[in-house]
Amino acid sequence: MSSTTIGAIVRGDAAVFPPYLYEAYRSTIKRAPGLPLVDVPLTLSELTGPGPLLSAVTPEDADLTRNAGTGGEAIGQRIIVTGRLLDAAGQPIPHALVEVWQANAAGRYVHKRDQWPGPLDPNFLGIGRCKTDTDGVYRFMTVRPGAYPWKNHPNAWRPAHIHFSLFGPAWGTRLITQMYFQDDPLFFQDPIFASVPPEAGKRLIAHYDHDLTEAEWALGWRWDIVLGGATATPFEHGEVR
Amino acid sequence: MFTSSYLSASQTVGPFFHDALLREGAHTPILINAETVGERLRIEGRVLDGAGQGVEDALVEIWQANSAGRYNHPLDGRDLPLDPTFSGFGRTATDPKGCFWFETIRPGPVPFAESVLQAPHICVAIFGRGLLNHLYTRIYFADDPAIERDPILRHVPSDRRHTLLASRHDVAGRTVYQLDLLLQGAAETVFFNLGGDVSPSNL
Repeated sequence: MSSTTIGAIVRGDAAVFPPYLYEAYRSTIKRAPGLPLVDVPLTLSELTGPGPLLSAVTPEDADLTRNAGTGGEAIGQRIIVTGRLLDAAGQPIPHALVEVWQANAAGRYVHKRDQWPGPLDPNFLGIGRCKTDTDGVYRFMTVRPGAYPWKNHPNAWRPAHIHFSLFGPAWGTRLITQMYFQDDPLFFQDPIFASVPPEAGKRLIAHYDHDLTEAEWALGWRWDIVLGGATATPFEHGEVR
Repeated sequence: MFTSSYLSASQTVGPFFHDALLREGAHTPILINAETVGERLRIEGRVLDGAGQGVEDALVEIWQANSAGRYNHPLDGRDLPLDPTFSGFGRTATDPKGCFWFETIRPGPVPFAESVLQAPHICVAIFGRGLLNHLYTRIYFADDPAIERDPILRHVPSDRRHTLLASRHDVAGRTVYQLDLLLQGAAETVFFNLGGDVSPSNL
């Protein structure tokens, strides 16, 4: 990560969001837009969105240690991952869909394009979803994901992470991001994490919380998510004012 | 008080999202069923990178109003019919050649501001490996006269508006609109910064 070019084109707040072009993450080079984003006002199209409709989840969906449908339990360190989903004003976003995916404890995804020789776990799919409760709280039971190698640079390893997909109330609040772990030794060489401005990067890191830990069962990690992008302005009769 | 500096940053969707985001019930390139009201459309396109290669692992999501121009969302309380068979949300992944498609209906016009309508359009979000943030764009219909008065299109540099206009290529009596989404290059698709430094009154 010695010769890093940071692109000028940023979505929204440059203090928060990574640039599109971040050459140390090689896949950005042919995929980052090269022309400035066009600023547009929020209209009814962006202030609405599918989030409130997307709600079909079962309690089993939130337990990745047991949702493979095999009757068996995933191997690995059991963890609880929980936190609040908030809007830009700090208000909880209730009843919102949260979708997650992750590698297993050995760092291997159940995906045909993941072919590195880490072992698969027949009892772990690495897929979960839940809805936030009335206080905006989401909660998953899973196993701690392992780090995995990739080919971005010599001896490249992704820090352990869980992918999160969130809609929030509006098209403009859509977010896909990754949650990391406080004690991970691999941040220093990961361009995907490093693409985020440092202060904002800290907010992608979950912290161990002993108050969440369940005795003789699972370790607790806390991570809050704040959605921005498009907040509803005063709105009457379908007109944006 | 929270400010934007507390927002959670975006990270790439990566290459391994398919099983989680396109599972049964969430993989929705077909937005309609036999009862859905409206003119059937097929939307087709490719996501292409800066070398003109198809992006084989993009996630494409769409959001649109129903045929009456109403969004299936609590904020849209206008006195227009809601179609219980139509959510307005679609999600799919590109294939190895970068192709995607949706089966949907033509959206109705939706308001921009008092007494100003937007031309019928479909909102698009593109996610992918190598995209640290998703990209927002729109699909308009090139043969719709309403695009001449659309307040968002009028905000786009005129020499780039064509990148948002899907062209009609009917196939065997079916209405098909086609638009490629170019991530880079001279004909790069217009991507939006939603709620950027502009207010509706300035247009």
